[in-house]
Amino acid sequence: MSPVDLAVIGAGPAGLAAATEAVALGLSVAVLDEQAEPGGQIYRGVERAETTGAAAALGPDYRHGLALVAAFRASGASYLPRHRAWQLERDGRIFASDGERSVELRAHRILVAIGALERPVPVRGWTLPGVMTVGAAQILLKTAGLVPESGVWIAGSGPLPLLYASQVLRAGGRIAGFLDTAVAQNWRRALPYLPGALWNWRYLEKGLGYLAALRRAGVPRIRHVEAIEARGDGHLSTVRFQVRGAWEEVPATGLLLHEGVVPNVHITMAAGCAHNWDPVQRCFRPVLDAWGRSDQPTILVAGDCGGIGGAAAAEHRGRLAALAAAADLGMIDEATRDRRAALQWRALRRHQPIRPFLDRLYAPRAALLAPEDDVVVCRCEGVTAGRIREAVRIGALGPNQAKSFTRAGMGPCQGRLCGLTVTETIAAARQADPGEVGFFRVRPPLKPITLGELAALDQDAA
Amino acid sequence: MFRRLPEDARALVTVEVEGRAVAVPAGSSAAAAALIAKLGYTRTSPATGEKRAGYCFMGVCFDCLMVIDGEPSQQACLVTVREGMRIERQLGARRLG
Repeated sequence: MSPVDLAVIGAGPAGLAAATEAVALGLSVAVLDEQAEPGGQIYRGVERAETTGAAAALGPDYRHGLALVAAFRASGASYLPRHRAWQLERDGRIFASDGERSVELRAHRILVAIGALERPVPVRGWTLPGVMTVGAAQILLKTAGLVPESGVWIAGSGPLPLLYASQVLRAGGRIAGFLDTAVAQNWRRALPYLPGALWNWRYLEKGLGYLAALRRAGVPRIRHVEAIEARGDGHLSTVRFQVRGAWEEVPATGLLLHEGVVPNVHITMAAGCAHNWDPVQRCFRPVLDAWGRSDQPTILVAGDCGGIGGAAAAEHRGRLAALAAAADLGMIDEATRDRRAALQWRALRRHQPIRPFLDRLYAPRAALLAPEDDVVVCRCEGVTAGRIREAVRIGALGPNQAKSFTRAGMGPCQGRLCGLTVTETIAAARQADPGEVGFFRVRPPLKPITLGELAALDQDAA
Repeated sequence: MFRRLPEDARALVTVEVEGRAVAVPAGSSAAAAALIAKLGYTRTSPATGEKRAGYCFMGVCFDCLMVIDGEPSQQACLVTVREGMRIERQLGARRLG
């Protein structure tokens, strides 16, 4: 079959908006996504939530996704759910698998819209069953209608833990306590950016609302937590935490961690797009022009995988990328592109002023970026920060050498979870810039596939 | 550590978690079913032998690898439950063949 004009990887806000816009501009569009339903992580299960009673607890921002998904469903874009992209070629070919067989898709332009990951939170004991991320718990609320019962603690900082806690309380669930790890000194660095943030007073108002909900429910909020430790034998049983140098230990059945989100760059890295180190958000991000075009002519990027901007901004980024692709393919002229884009630029400007403030207020503590020697960094292979430092001492300059020396990043997650920690640990040990230290070299297949899935590659399917 | 929303109207699907029948909301993942069944750990790490369970629930960490309907090394957080699905712990590395 002939190539589509635009293949979109990821069915979150950026991908859905881009696909809908692109079809409206006359492009043929295919969207492939790892999940079974459209919405991405932010709007997971949004189509079903209305009938299940979860929507009320999740709030109006979540419900907004319903219109986005409905417009996408009605657009006529072809949709391949449950497809994991495992290889991207710069000539516009995408290889993906549905778990049984692989397909090859060809496209004139590829839009990568795979969103964000939660920043790794390597603390002592984080590999124990019972410890998971706040994002994971929120996915359980969205897709299975599950809320924490007694003994579940939240530890972390940023908007998501507060939002999630307020959703749980509204739904009738319980939170044992909130261990707030926001670094006290961050306020000083964030303060100069407060005037910008005031333009987004609605976001600030929401944040204060979440805190008020915690207070009303009598959930203890312990501030200035400097360190966290999960303990237990085969399952979490207690959480230890440190405030002003003093340790305390509390019983726990669950511990939900969160320290912000970072761009998911695995696909753009593998495709050979240039990336830069972002010293404020402490992550790598692809080098993009204002429209989301990467340095690879066929590849565009939209949403949080291009730099964290949030769900609302992702939608506009998606539409801008679709407009750029349409103009570059000659489907619309530049005047049409710019006229339609004006609306998106305006909307985007409305969502951005608060970001520099939030980035600095919730900057993660140093011990999370480069943990202590005995803390596991690579969960798959059980490699500690100490072993990474040992590799540096015997000559490893970057993550790829450290990987050969220690196996860090060699397990099934392929360095998705440990990559940033390995980079930061090496950078701190070498007193070098993380951008110079670099990231794991990401190679296909991007997701583990069986030889059977590879052998069943159907090159005529798409 | 988790329970179902009291007013949740989701239909229930019966799956088998380690041989035990468990009713879980339709649309849940196999990893969620393991949590509802209070299974505790869902695999042992082939690298360290430690007990592990899902951490990210969005396909990133691979700590939720389980044996589903006899098929090993499935990311349980990405598999939606079906009536009668067999969900089992994966102990150590998958066996080939």
